[in-house]
Amino acid sequence: MKIDNIPIDLILKNMFAATGTVLKIFFLTILFSVPLGFLVALARRSRFKIISLPTRIYQLIFRGTPLMLQLFFFMYGPFYIFGKGFERFTACIVAFVINYAAYFGEIFRGGIAAIPKGQYEAAKVLGYSRLQTFMRIILPQVVKNVIPATGNEFMTLVKDTALAQVISVSEIFDVASKAGSKYFSAIPVMIAALFYLVMNTAVEFAFKLIEKKFDYYKI
Amino acid sequence: MLVKAYNIKKKFDDVNVLENISLEVKEGEVVSIIGPSGSGKSTLLRCLTQLERVDSGKIEIDGKVMVDTKDGKTVYADTNTLHEIQLKVGLVFQNFNLFPHYSVLKNIIDPQIVVLKRSKDEATKIAMELLYKMNLADKSHAYPCELSGGQQQRIAIARALALNPKILFFDEPTSALDPELTGEILKVIKNLAKEKMTMVIVTHEMAFAKEVSDRVIFMDKGFIVEQGTPQEIFGNSVNQRTKEFLSQMNSYNQFY
Repeated sequence: MKIDNIPIDLILKNMFAATGTVLKIFFLTILFSVPLGFLVALARRSRFKIISLPTRIYQLIFRGTPLMLQLFFFMYGPFYIFGKGFERFTACIVAFVINYAAYFGEIFRGGIAAIPKGQYEAAKVLGYSRLQTFMRIILPQVVKNVIPATGNEFMTLVKDTALAQVISVSEIFDVASKAGSKYFSAIPVMIAALFYLVMNTAVEFAFKLIEKKFDYYKI
Repeated sequence: MLVKAYNIKKKFDDVNVLENISLEVKEGEVVSIIGPSGSGKSTLLRCLTQLERVDSGKIEIDGKVMVDTKDGKTVYADTNTLHEIQLKVGLVFQNFNLFPHYSVLKNIIDPQIVVLKRSKDEATKIAMELLYKMNLADKSHAYPCELSGGQQQRIAIARALALNPKILFFDEPTSALDPELTGEILKVIKNLAKEKMTMVIVTHEMAFAKEVSDRVIFMDKGFIVEQGTPQEIFGNSVNQRTKEFLSQMNSYNQFY
């Protein structure tokens, strides 16, 4: 099939293949950065400066510099420092995880801070231990608090996967822009836009569903 | 004596909130603490329920020493003892502090199961009995956000009672309620008083304090200014500060 003298079916085939890479980056990043972000949030809340301050500096660096630069760093940095580096795809995942954990850390920290002091006090007076208080009373409410901001991050992540091409991880946008310059056409990039939109529609639906699930109570 | 507190001192930054407070509460006694805002009433309650730590002084609850000051050193009991003492007291907050993600029933059974290791059946039975008593049995599956302030506060009282505390503290239990809802909470407390529940109530409801208490304590600026029977305090206090405060409260009540 050809439109405007472009082999659409070939491009689509390549894009579907690249979608696999995008989904892999997406799910692996979520899998590692969400729990890591949770630890970052707890570390930031620590009353020990020796824990909270380095965590804050880490967040500042990874939220304060471009993700693209961080991808380069994890791809080529270790070679310069240790003479031995990550494999291309691994470097990509490491960069995404460390970058996103910094953002999730901030979101979860806000979610925890938003729980009123009275909840901790009520639990303490009733005799809950600190761990019981956190797991049974605080955490479920934090989850509800952070759903909208987390959904935001997930959607950004879908689009950020396009940056993986800077270290030659072939993903949808990479395929599209190469095809675009080869056939001198904007159509491949338009198709790429549709791919991202479809994936993010799925994310949006999923979060709508989760939000609804937590709708049975209000603070 | 269920509660013995001697020479309690507590500072926030450089402000002395409690200055040498001593207080004893007998089993079955109902004590009201009144006084202007910032007089340290709530802080005293928070120290007795371990939400704040005292700077110095001695607190003993049901024969167990929570904290003691010897030779200028203030030492709290070990974690286990503190937990045991915690289980002997209940606290009802001004703004209820129910757990919003739990249903009414779960709010009352969860602490029993988690803290007292009761079975779910036993905890549910106790919770339902308390809900009947509070006239809220039909709300057991509702969530706190669906209830009025008065209903939420009654559930908070039921949640505290379910753990069988020896003494129940109330920190301005009606201050966050509309006037027409205040009555239902006061009725519950009056019924508890009839059942000889030991209670310490910080309140701004003077008529209520007069009616329900065995003893009234008037606090101001971190001191206990005066204490006595309701007749002694409300009827013929000779203390200038007490009289001023009561006449202020009177004119306020008349105005509204």
